[in-house]
Amino acid sequence: MPSNKTVSDAPITQFINCQILKDHKLHREDLWVRDGRILDPEKLFFDEQGYADRRVDCGGDILAPGFIDVQINGGYGVDFSQPSGDTGAGVAFVARKVLEHGVTSFCPTLVTSPPHVYHQVLPEVKVQNGGVHGAGVLGVHLEGPFISLEKKGAHPERFIRTFGGPGGPGGPGGVDHLLEVYGCLDNVAMVTLAPELAGSQSVVEELCHRGIRVSLGHSVANLSQAEEAVQQGASFITHLFNAMLPFHHRDPGIVGLLTSDQIPADRLVYYGMIADGIHTNPAALRIAHRAHPTGLVLVTDAITAMGLPPGRHTLGQQVIEIQGLHAYVAGTTTLSGSIATMDMCVRHFKHASGCSVPEALEAASLHPAQLLGISSRKGSLQYGSDADLVLLDDQLNVKATFISGEEVWRK
Amino acid sequence: MKLIILDEYDQVSEWAAKYIRNKILLFNPGPDRHFTLGLPTGSTPLGCYKKLIEFFKNGEVSFQYVKTFNMDEYVGLPRDHPESYHSFMWNNFFKYIDIRSENVHILDGNAADLEAECQAFEESIQDAGGIELFVGGIGPDGHIAFNEPGSSLVSRTRVKTLAMDTIQANARFFDGDLSKVPTMALTVGVGTVMDAKEVMILITGGHKAFALYKAIEEGVNHMWTVSAFQQHPQTVFVCDEDATLELRVKTVKYFKGMMHVHNRLVDPLPATQKRK
Repeated sequence: MPSNKTVSDAPITQFINCQILKDHKLHREDLWVRDGRILDPEKLFFDEQGYADRRVDCGGDILAPGFIDVQINGGYGVDFSQPSGDTGAGVAFVARKVLEHGVTSFCPTLVTSPPHVYHQVLPEVKVQNGGVHGAGVLGVHLEGPFISLEKKGAHPERFIRTFGGPGGPGGPGGVDHLLEVYGCLDNVAMVTLAPELAGSQSVVEELCHRGIRVSLGHSVANLSQAEEAVQQGASFITHLFNAMLPFHHRDPGIVGLLTSDQIPADRLVYYGMIADGIHTNPAALRIAHRAHPTGLVLVTDAITAMGLPPGRHTLGQQVIEIQGLHAYVAGTTTLSGSIATMDMCVRHFKHASGCSVPEALEAASLHPAQLLGISSRKGSLQYGSDADLVLLDDQLNVKATFISGEEVWRK
Repeated sequence: MKLIILDEYDQVSEWAAKYIRNKILLFNPGPDRHFTLGLPTGSTPLGCYKKLIEFFKNGEVSFQYVKTFNMDEYVGLPRDHPESYHSFMWNNFFKYIDIRSENVHILDGNAADLEAECQAFEESIQDAGGIELFVGGIGPDGHIAFNEPGSSLVSRTRVKTLAMDTIQANARFFDGDLSKVPTMALTVGVGTVMDAKEVMILITGGHKAFALYKAIEEGVNHMWTVSAFQQHPQTVFVCDEDATLELRVKTVKYFKGMMHVHNRLVDPLPATQKRK
């Protein structure tokens, strides 16, 4: 019998024979979807006396919320930071390719670039829903250029800036200068900056006021500077341990935010973790995870070469070289981002940390959704959420990906 | 009357589930011939529901042509409240099986006219041709459904004010706050259950031993409403060892001596009678 048409004409899909991730546990039960959203089947049963129009047999596999990658610089030969004249098409290409890795939405990330690149690229990368055409775009993550010269990592030094605009460091020019450099913040979800830069306070406040997440990274900030930035609204740490001061017991630096007692009671600091087995030693990964499990957000920090064979490729204004699973700034041993895929990171994180399957999956779904403030519609399988789903076997290999309940990729 | 004595709760659950499975299969239900099943809530039947879900998943039984009638529901508790019996049945049984919504009957404790709701429930049982098998549990005071001590043994479906004992016992499900516990319920009557062709009562645990003794070794008494089933032509009590603690040795030995006969009732049926 079809669904009850008195309530909605939309067909109902029932995912059967699956283990669904809900409330931090795997449950052996079905998942129902109508109008692209997860449906409360109890209401359907008792209030509407309705039924599924279509059943999808999951063969006993795990059905989890789709992965969300808040830091991805490109992949499959596309570099979001390289103005190609059609960055929109490049983002769309990557959006389609990451479906096979279980990613259903992401934040295309731009590394430190000159203003003309921002002016050209930002208007082309629009926030949009996912679908068969590819993963959804949640907004751009701008990593730089307001970062520390000393912790530039793979970012090109000549484009790194301070907030010292026309108004002078610390003056109201800070925000104006930032707007001048970026051009437009309409499609921006997150900005990574170094909080020790003069004038950062007003910038952090203004960005948070505009609903943009502020992340701390590529920075030599000490703990109190980091705590101050969090109190002003910063909520994320960009690739923890990488491009920041190493942990020191008398000043733990940004890393110390994981166990700080200066975080406002109603807030949580999240931190990005490149769990590719290269950017973070497994022991360091375990330290972070055990200290602050609910804040861990898996990111790929993937670059152009993700999905490409070994050799030389461009990242922003630089050339990088792929050797095995390592990506170096060409001619150096500086890591320049990873070529890991999100599903690899989930598997590696579980293996390295010894965490449970739900914990590993939530670090790639629930936590990034909470970080971005979109957990009411993404990142979990609660009723009313978008039916962005990933089907995985017991070893967490992706078998199929769904957006709004529709299959968008299958192995 | 049959008394089935098994070692522990898990065996009781399995025996009861197999009995229900076999009853459904032997009835051979179809689109114009539904099997009618009365169902309880509470902790006792949980294991039985789990087993039935397992049988369903193994393809041993289908509930597509089964109509269910629940014993009771609180008055005034929202349908989707986690402690409502609607929620209980959904979360512990219905969501896992292929039963159809229109075949499920649970009293609506939020109906505008509660009397009419009870009357309609009785009529829906009649319309379905009566109940083939009514499954129940009992309280330590021997109550069946919300037919607490003193309830008429010929009572029908009705509004019932809950005894203070029951309200206090239920407080643990409502944050320990007495004021949140519903004080009234709709319940089938003892007479409603008596009308079923067959009745199966599950009793487990030492705390129900006295109730079992009152149910089967003493006379029919409205202070122990479950004792009414002594006068039912087909009743089966399924209990664990602990629940027999107040029974005479003679009673226990007599029924244990018949277990080899009674166990045939739950043997797997020949494959021809099973669904694919």
